Amino acid sequence: MKGDRKTTRNARFARRKQFNRIAIALSMCAMLFGMFWLAWILWETISIGVSSLSLSLLTENTPPPDDAIGAGGLSNAIKGSFLMVALATFVGTPIGILTGVYLAEYDPRGKLSGTVRFINDLLLSAPSIIIGLFVYAVIVVRFKEFSGWAGAAALALIVVPIVIRTTENMLALVPAGLREAAYALGAPKWKVITRVTLVAARAGVLTGILLAVARISGETAPLLFTALNNQFWNASLSGPLANLPVTILQFAMSPYENWQQLAWGGVFLITFAVLGLNILARMLSREKLK
Amino acid sequence: MRPNLKISNALADRLFGFAARGAALLTLALLSGIIISLVMGAWPAIREFGIGFLTHNAWDPVREDFGGLAMICGTLATSFIALLIAVPVSFGIALFLTELAPAWLKRPLGTAIELLAAVPSIVYGMWGLMVFGPVLGRYVQQPLQSLLGDVPFLGALVSGPPVGIGILSASIILSIMIIPFIASVMRDVFEVTPPLLKESAYGLGATTWEVVWHVVLPYTKTGVLGGIMLGLGRALGETMAVTFVIGNMNQLNSISLFDPANTITSTLANEFAEAAPGLHQASLIYLGLVLFLITFMVLICSRLLLMRLKKNEGKRV
Repeated sequence: MKGDRKTTRNARFARRKQFNRIAIALSMCAMLFGMFWLAWILWETISIGVSSLSLSLLTENTPPPDDAIGAGGLSNAIKGSFLMVALATFVGTPIGILTGVYLAEYDPRGKLSGTVRFINDLLLSAPSIIIGLFVYAVIVVRFKEFSGWAGAAALALIVVPIVIRTTENMLALVPAGLREAAYALGAPKWKVITRVTLVAARAGVLTGILLAVARISGETAPLLFTALNNQFWNASLSGPLANLPVTILQFAMSPYENWQQLAWGGVFLITFAVLGLNILARMLSREKLK
Repeated sequence: MRPNLKISNALADRLFGFAARGAALLTLALLSGIIISLVMGAWPAIREFGIGFLTHNAWDPVREDFGGLAMICGTLATSFIALLIAVPVSFGIALFLTELAPAWLKRPLGTAIELLAAVPSIVYGMWGLMVFGPVLGRYVQQPLQSLLGDVPFLGALVSGPPVGIGILSASIILSIMIIPFIASVMRDVFEVTPPLLKESAYGLGATTWEVVWHVVLPYTKTGVLGGIMLGLGRALGETMAVTFVIGNMNQLNSISLFDPANTITSTLANEFAEAAPGLHQASLIYLGLVLFLITFMVLICSRLLLMRLKKNEGKRV
């Protein structure tokens, strides 16, 4: 009787251990599954992308369809994207930082702050194509033309919530003693914020800005019906503006081999620019933790 | 000189506070602006089709007969299948990163998974169309078809030309895109489980799996659900990757996982720039409004869950 119970207990223990082994193996499979996709995507981007890299990719404008393979480049698209991303960052960052300052320093527990925080979450999770629709309705319809301005506005609307979130979180981490010390020395509030708390939180805030830039560099959906695209380079922001993501979309979907080749070159550039920015942001935030 | 400085400081203080408050109010105005402009843009379609738009299956720009059922179903179906794949995988990844991985591997592996979220969606789309789709059609769909072709229900599930474009490839790509979001939330909440709880369970002789399944998961379930909601919100709103591989066809007749379909976002991406102003454009904006409301509800659900999590903090369970 006693031995019997012992064997059933042993059998149960063996079964539990067996089950545990299976679960651990599955968990490792899940990890491999995740890494597998990253490796596959990066591998294809590199192996196909590198073959379409050349100096003309950066210096020449997009070619007509069905041109010779290797002719032309993405110069106009790169310049257009760069212009819009810079403009959007330039406009979106101050608004984001100021709002973050308001949430963290002026009124952390107030009603307005609670509402703004909730709305910010909503903007963060709103599909980016909805932002495009909004800008279309407000800017493109009014001026009756797709324009680089509209594209930059759509991108700025994506920058703002990201910067707000990181600024607020980073300012909240600044020890209260630092603020109190500055106040005790007689510094006015604006000086405390600009010279003490923002400076103490600068690595974190900068990380947020970098992540926002990385995010909008790859955004396509909000540009589809704001900046549209342009086969040529036109420094004016008040007409359709060439940009990298929409060019990639157009070229990849086309049946022309030279365009598809260029699209892969564009994908290579955009992937490594965005991943590079992400890794830079990560290194920056790690340095801050030390 | 001194009083002057004081005045200018007081003025600067007022100005700075004013600017900060103004920026906060601007954010507030933005959201109301978005909702108002969407409702206004969609108004002709709302007046014409009413709430029946959601259950009406038609998309005919020539006869001006519009209904969003096919796109709404497409959006919900792809997101649902994506969650079916992503949730177990993310759980496995979080389990591995918190309980199994040696300390020196945790950080690089965690970063690598998070980088999956950083890859731009257009890259996923292009890779899906050019590389992944053909592989899926050739090595998954064709064998499945020859295996299940004659089985009544399962056969219909895998029918269709094996080109690798359709609901399943869109769902798989969506799942890859949301895995990093769900996995990193799960990892973060697993990590805040008090070590004492886990150690007690281990001390009683529980296996790793039993500790995670019976101790860590119940303790963190609201946080985990919040993470899943976050992933769902991403999947619903993803545009470019889906537009590349979904096939862009409005249909509800086939239950095949490999048939082309359409989602709200892919319809907007494909048609909006060329839609004639009027009922067609208004219907597209109506679709956008529906999508916005769906993501809004998902966000509210996740916020309520996280609020419950916060309320329980420091309470004896």
